[in-house]
Amino acid sequence: MPTLKVKVDRDKCQGHARCAALAPELFELDELGNAREKGDGTLPNALVEKAWLARANCPEEAIEVEEKA
Amino acid sequence: MTRPPVNDWSTDFDHLDPRWVENPYPIWDELREKCPVAHTERFRGVYFPSRYEDVRAVAYDTEHFSSRRIIVRETPPPRIPAPPITSDPPEHRPAKNLLLPAFTPDAIKQHEPRTREICARLVEGFAGKSGCDAAADYAQEIPVRVIAVMLGLPEEEGDRFRKWIHEILELGITRPDILMKAMGETSAYFQVEIEKRKSVPRDDLITQLSRATIDGQPISEDHLLGALRLILIAGIDTTWSAIGSCFWHLAQHPEDRQRLVKEPALIPTAVEEFLRAYAPVTMAREVIKDVEIGGCPFKSGEMVLLSFPAANRDPRVFPNADRVMIGRKENRHAAFGLGIHRCIGSNLARMEITVALQEWLKRIPEFRLDPAAKVTWSEGTVRGPRKLPVLFG
Repeated sequence: MPTLKVKVDRDKCQGHARCAALAPELFELDELGNAREKGDGTLPNALVEKAWLARANCPEEAIEVEEKA
Repeated sequence: MTRPPVNDWSTDFDHLDPRWVENPYPIWDELREKCPVAHTERFRGVYFPSRYEDVRAVAYDTEHFSSRRIIVRETPPPRIPAPPITSDPPEHRPAKNLLLPAFTPDAIKQHEPRTREICARLVEGFAGKSGCDAAADYAQEIPVRVIAVMLGLPEEEGDRFRKWIHEILELGITRPDILMKAMGETSAYFQVEIEKRKSVPRDDLITQLSRATIDGQPISEDHLLGALRLILIAGIDTTWSAIGSCFWHLAQHPEDRQRLVKEPALIPTAVEEFLRAYAPVTMAREVIKDVEIGGCPFKSGEMVLLSFPAANRDPRVFPNADRVMIGRKENRHAAFGLGIHRCIGSNLARMEITVALQEWLKRIPEFRLDPAAKVTWSEGTVRGPRKLPVLFG
């Protein structure tokens, strides 16, 4: 299995906070309410569906799910 | 005032036309296919993109579109700044950052118990009655009180706030005299409140913003008044409209209502779908440089109605866009805007709508539209039911 990582594009994020609401295990918000991935963004298999859900609900399309070798 | 009837929505639309106010969705659906960027000579020239991608393109383009005018009005009023919503880059970012910390999900969570108490008290007030006006007696009362609490103003000021909002957002579209009078009154009101806090600071947003600085400099009184006016106006009408639309839907769809009563965990998902389908807020932009969007030239000096509600009904982005599906999981809706002007109050609004539904459905699981009464809708910038008579049981 390849390793998956989630990443918030900080330039695109406008703080809608949908990702943190839908997948709090993967995303957190800063003091202004803008999102970032938790830790290094490594995506456990059990949370893949949540990551896609967060991605599908981000109005700014700021969430990336990438394969990491 | 009677307005000349619209014969062609593509070339002569009027968002104050009674047909648009009553039910705009079929008009937008038709435009989206036939004329994705409509135009009108009314209001001194306005464009209306109805496809998601064009709305998005305008929202993201701060080079050709300015937020210095955000409401389409009959006459150009003197510019009344309400930063950051009326700010363009580079002033926009620092003005927005001043307000953001008070509106993060964590900050808003602190207001949830009070909101719950307000909602519960309102619903308990309906005990023994056969029905109520779910817009005036419930939806409107919630944000007015929550914002008052946040700003540090008496909850009982609701009537005064509602009058100003009606004058600024609705009557003011065609009546600059009413608009300017209401603006003057809000400024005078906030000046008194700011003065009070100079001697005795409180734990509220007025005190907090009075002390705010940008680059180490205190913000000007104009900036402060503009930001306070923005919070008051944008924080009330928008949310009451959103709450009202949820109840309008549920009063007519017993299957959705029963599902939410049985499955309250679905309420947050349903709220997103109501926000998509009945998005209350249409902003505007001023074209400041000629540009082409969606194959249509936009001329400098004219306005754009930036309809997030129309974008949210675009079937290219939302399958079955005209259907309200409360279990819709993938919902990248634009109800709170797109780009740098994302609604600061989105977390607050979501909390209020969710709590409003939870507290009502717990106590009044069954209700329907009163067949003997008429539902009426607001016009202009914010869309929501103004009268929503429902019968319980």
